[in-house]
Amino acid sequence: MAFASLPDRLPPNVTSAKIVVAGGFGVGKTTLVGTVSEIPPVNTEAWMTQASRSVDPLNGTDAKTTTTVAMDFGRLRLAQDLILYLFGTPGQPRFWPMWDDLCRGASAALVLVDTRRLDVSFPAVNYFENDSDVPFVVAVNLFDGMQTHPLEQVRDALGVAASVPLVTVDARDKRSAVRALLASLTNTMEKTSPVPSR
Amino acid sequence: MTANPWVRPYVLTGGRTRTRHRLYVHTLVAVKRYDPVSASRLSPEARRLYDRAAVGAQSVAELSAHCGVSLGVTRVLLEDLAATDRVRINDDAHTSPYDHSLLKRVIDGLRELA
Repeated sequence: MAFASLPDRLPPNVTSAKIVVAGGFGVGKTTLVGTVSEIPPVNTEAWMTQASRSVDPLNGTDAKTTTTVAMDFGRLRLAQDLILYLFGTPGQPRFWPMWDDLCRGASAALVLVDTRRLDVSFPAVNYFENDSDVPFVVAVNLFDGMQTHPLEQVRDALGVAASVPLVTVDARDKRSAVRALLASLTNTMEKTSPVPSR
Repeated sequence: MTANPWVRPYVLTGGRTRTRHRLYVHTLVAVKRYDPVSASRLSPEARRLYDRAAVGAQSVAELSAHCGVSLGVTRVLLEDLAATDRVRINDDAHTSPYDHSLLKRVIDGLRELA
């Protein structure tokens, strides 16, 4: 087998944490994960059973034939004994069981939106408002490096509660992407009790 | 690399679909001491996972992706490998992701990059 990107030897007591990067198709999830990750984002189609490349999802009317899933994850070594994983959710709603799986054990979620196509991120916002306990932050991806709408206008259009922080991000810029991740973790700190409940 | 398309997933796992331990996609798995003799007795899929984990601690997701073994099968096989003491599953997976000392460490680490 190919050992293309060998991870470093790690000390025995390494801790991992996870942030989920969600949003609709084409809002910059892959870009953000790739910008921050120290490994090339792993795009895996082999996750679900019977990955079948011969099936064209566009032609398939039977949901069972489209068992492939494209999603990305990246990783960031923050300390000798601490690794942060970033998981980009698959965009299509039919992969929602996969979202549940990805979100389990996540410390925070970042929902990316593109103000030119807010609607593609509605399902992601809905998911984190109604179907998940993971605290989330909405990040407006500035595609041309420019903010075209005031954040409060974006909030109204998305219909997200005032308690959900809104930030801007340039997914191509590492420092900007890291600041968005920091906002998501700070939000979790504020929304959760200092003492773990279990 | 993908798993053998002619073998059904339940054959690889002996019919099992669930694991006793919660194995998150980001749970780290490591090999304590690589044993080539023990490796040679494993099924091809379990062996791929064992060999890959021997390279260094990695997440369940990384092992699944790199070995071309689906996530569900990977979880079952990793638990087998842990039960026979071949791999170590990081216990941190069982602490809360909202633990503030963990969050603070991640925040401190990220701040150095921001």
